[in-house]
Amino acid sequence: MTDTFVHPYIPNTGPAARQAMLDAIGVGSAEELYDAIPASLRLNRPLNLPEPILSERDLKRHVAGLLAQNTPVTGALSFLGGGCWQHDIPAVCDEINGRAEFLTAYGGDTYADMGKYQAMFEFQSMIGELVGMEMVSAPVYDWSAALTSALMMASRITGRKRTLVTGSLSNEKWSHLNNTGGPWLDPERLAVNPQTGLIDLDDLRARISSDVSAVYVEVPSYFGVVEHRMAEIGRIAHDAGALLVVGVDAISLGVLAAPADYGADIVVGEAQALGVHMLYSGGLCGFIASRDEAKFVAEYPYLMVSIAPGRTEGEWGFGWAAMERTSYDLREAAPDYTGTTQWLWGITAAVYLSLLGPQGLREVGEGILQRSHYAMQQLDALPGVKAPVYDAPHFKEFIVNFDGTGSTVAAINKRLLDKGIFGGHDLSAEFPDLGQSALYCVTEVHTQSDIDRLVAAIAEVTA
Amino acid sequence: MTRLRNFHAARWDEPLILDKGTPGERGYIPPAVDAGIAAAVPNPGSLIPEEMRRSEPPRLPELAQPQVLRHFLRLSQMTLGCHVTPDASLGTCTMKYSPQVNEHLTRMPEMSDLHPLQDDATTQGMLKIIYDFERMLCEISGMDAFTFQPAGGSTAIFINACIIRAYHRDRGELEQRNEIISTAFSHPIDCAAPSVAGFRVITLMPGPNGYPDLDALKAVVSERTAGLMMTNPEDTGIFNPYVKEFTRIVHEAGGLCAYDQANANGILGMTRARDTGFDLCQFNLHKTFSVPHGSTGGSCGAGGCTAELAKYLPSPMVVFDGERYSWDYDRPDSVGKSRSFHGNLQAVLRSYAWVMAHGAEGLRAVAETAVLNNNYLKSMLEEIPGIDILYDSPGHRLQEVRYSWQPLLDETGVNTEDVRRRITDFGLQGYFTSHHPVIVPEPMTLEPSESWSKSDLEEYGAALTQIDQEARTDPEFVKSSPHASSVHRIHEEAIDSPDQWAMTWRGWKRKYGEERVHSA
Repeated sequence: MTDTFVHPYIPNTGPAARQAMLDAIGVGSAEELYDAIPASLRLNRPLNLPEPILSERDLKRHVAGLLAQNTPVTGALSFLGGGCWQHDIPAVCDEINGRAEFLTAYGGDTYADMGKYQAMFEFQSMIGELVGMEMVSAPVYDWSAALTSALMMASRITGRKRTLVTGSLSNEKWSHLNNTGGPWLDPERLAVNPQTGLIDLDDLRARISSDVSAVYVEVPSYFGVVEHRMAEIGRIAHDAGALLVVGVDAISLGVLAAPADYGADIVVGEAQALGVHMLYSGGLCGFIASRDEAKFVAEYPYLMVSIAPGRTEGEWGFGWAAMERTSYDLREAAPDYTGTTQWLWGITAAVYLSLLGPQGLREVGEGILQRSHYAMQQLDALPGVKAPVYDAPHFKEFIVNFDGTGSTVAAINKRLLDKGIFGGHDLSAEFPDLGQSALYCVTEVHTQSDIDRLVAAIAEVTA
Repeated sequence: MTRLRNFHAARWDEPLILDKGTPGERGYIPPAVDAGIAAAVPNPGSLIPEEMRRSEPPRLPELAQPQVLRHFLRLSQMTLGCHVTPDASLGTCTMKYSPQVNEHLTRMPEMSDLHPLQDDATTQGMLKIIYDFERMLCEISGMDAFTFQPAGGSTAIFINACIIRAYHRDRGELEQRNEIISTAFSHPIDCAAPSVAGFRVITLMPGPNGYPDLDALKAVVSERTAGLMMTNPEDTGIFNPYVKEFTRIVHEAGGLCAYDQANANGILGMTRARDTGFDLCQFNLHKTFSVPHGSTGGSCGAGGCTAELAKYLPSPMVVFDGERYSWDYDRPDSVGKSRSFHGNLQAVLRSYAWVMAHGAEGLRAVAETAVLNNNYLKSMLEEIPGIDILYDSPGHRLQEVRYSWQPLLDETGVNTEDVRRRITDFGLQGYFTSHHPVIVPEPMTLEPSESWSKSDLEEYGAALTQIDQEARTDPEFVKSSPHASSVHRIHEEAIDSPDQWAMTWRGWKRKYGEERVHSA
């Protein structure tokens, strides 16, 4: 390293401090500190990387210039969902997750990071209130990972491998489940009624048996459908000794029932909708919840924050509970793994739920119901367009079919894009049986004029 | 003489937010439903069948906005992020400066408000950043391709295990090759991940130099060997100089080699995974590449491999046809998803900007300074009588050292957990002890990254020197610490007891009673 290279991010590149440190260690140069690496393994040339941009102004101009080639959903009109959603984000959420203390903390314990733990305990507690459960994990990577881990937990709890999952599962989740769960589970997809999009209960009854570990249903489903026979599905599962595992979009739980109330044994879900930016999918944040029973807790692979009484009267603190069940302690004996997940978004979700409270969460849910149903009504009135495809209750998302227009979703979306509209996600490859169909997402960010603009644009491009 | 600061952490005695507020208050009003929509869909409750309607509202806090903001600001003040304290404490975690300008860039709507399924034509800038950063990591590692989909180092290592599985399956040898070899001082995930992927795991124990010798490896390599998954330098900061022999032996037996490069901060630009014989590797962008740890994520495990194995990487990958960038979903040999959509690409954006701010010379300065800092701190800690440094390895330690407080325990009864609590009284982060298995007794693993100044390190060394002296004059004072933290000592044992742990407020109320909740 040259003596003159002083980097603004790196103290001790200044020559005075550097020399004093080398003297204290007793070496002549930093190069001597690499004597443990055999010469044959050393890279004897500089890395071939772009010239550094040392000025912050120049760096910002370069990177922001690249980002300017992107069009964010806030610079267009988007109806994309499918597991990552555009919602309104209160300023306080961004303020808190931008706080340097939360942003740059990591593995310290309650004595150093008391506030981080309390915020996380509050996240777990509020998710517990939403789903009706006492046991909630710290954030999981995303809903896919939560689902896979929960079904692996169910398999270990019941000692069974066959797993029945809803046929409306997204390919994203199905792929994750089969890769990670591959050696441990035999997942099967349940038939979905082609008229209603609901679970085919006859198919469920035909498949359920004493070798099934769990039945997994999403409320709402990937198609936005609200399965309303959950109590019956739970009874069918429980009669066979299987667990009922339910997947939820957390923002629906101001208007939808708590899964514990209809018999869920394990609840998984996604918290991104709770005040977290989509970040090209970087905003996802999963969770797992259950009853507080030792046989369930023992199978959680993820970190969990527990409250603990203080030794001083009136105090309490926190810690990572029962670490001996995690891959950190178990190494090769671990049945599943964990690591650094999505805590900053868990803290953000806690802020969001604290701001909204019970009333706000209900109002958001109702507003989403009204807007999405209005969009369905308006789209369904267009010639050749059917919305929703399924005759069932829906929340936030719904499938629009364009077979009657003679156009493909790809062609329609291309022309919508020309008008600054991101049309719904094309399902024609993922679910070919649905023909030319797209998954539309309508949330509280959409106004009547937004929806009317979409409807007029589709009318125009399909005319 | 280094001055020790007279520190006291913020102690707000802040109640749980679930226990605050007044019925009917609120901190946010959702966007109003337009009149035309309300007229067309007048009764939203009726859209949900009765049996699926929420019967009782969730018991969330009811507070106005200033009270919510204040609550979480107070909690943030009771958190020692590494922007607040020079965190040399969390060894193996590479706590370093995350440039503020990168935070500003990440929060631009052109990053934060992108949807993963929007048309590639509308994300060309971000796709170029991903593509170019992939090329940079290829140069830094010698690999040919990288995925950024794994949302953490563990997931990237798990995907590497899945790729080893797919490779042997495609060659019809998976049934025979069911063993992965790792080392005791590699991160536990190097054993857990292959196990979850279905392999049997063999762990090599360290020899007198701190790393396993070649004979130990030769004794376990066989026709059953599927691969080697290890880190280097290991958790001790010791570089195994025989690593190329390790990869050669495993290759000759028909296995693949995956390099856990979570500990790469000291070797950037100095030695490369591919040149050492590895077929796969991963970098934790939240460690070496400056992404803030976010109180435990979101992060990114960037998984790299050779051209031969690239077909197995998770789908989709960014490709470039000379004119435009796009996501390629047509990857029939891919092992499958490691996470939904694309992963934590905000980490990639930050890392790209960080590498662009350094260049080759800057990355070398990062590595050299990290190693310099580590050896400088080590030279101070060698003078502390209660500290021992195990393993007589030739050459210097690289970016970290796992120290032992066993002498202090023997001489005073004060153990490493006591010291770890006490150090927070000096405004320093409680340090990382050790991964499992705990081989170094009474461990303390310190990693003073390139971001901490000479005087930061001297303050750190002075605090540990002071604690060593306190243990000799007043051991109870150390054992009853912390004294200047946001909280005093808790009943740590409660968090491991099914009768006493509580992961939620409702669980806490059931186990401890309403009264305890309110007095707390």
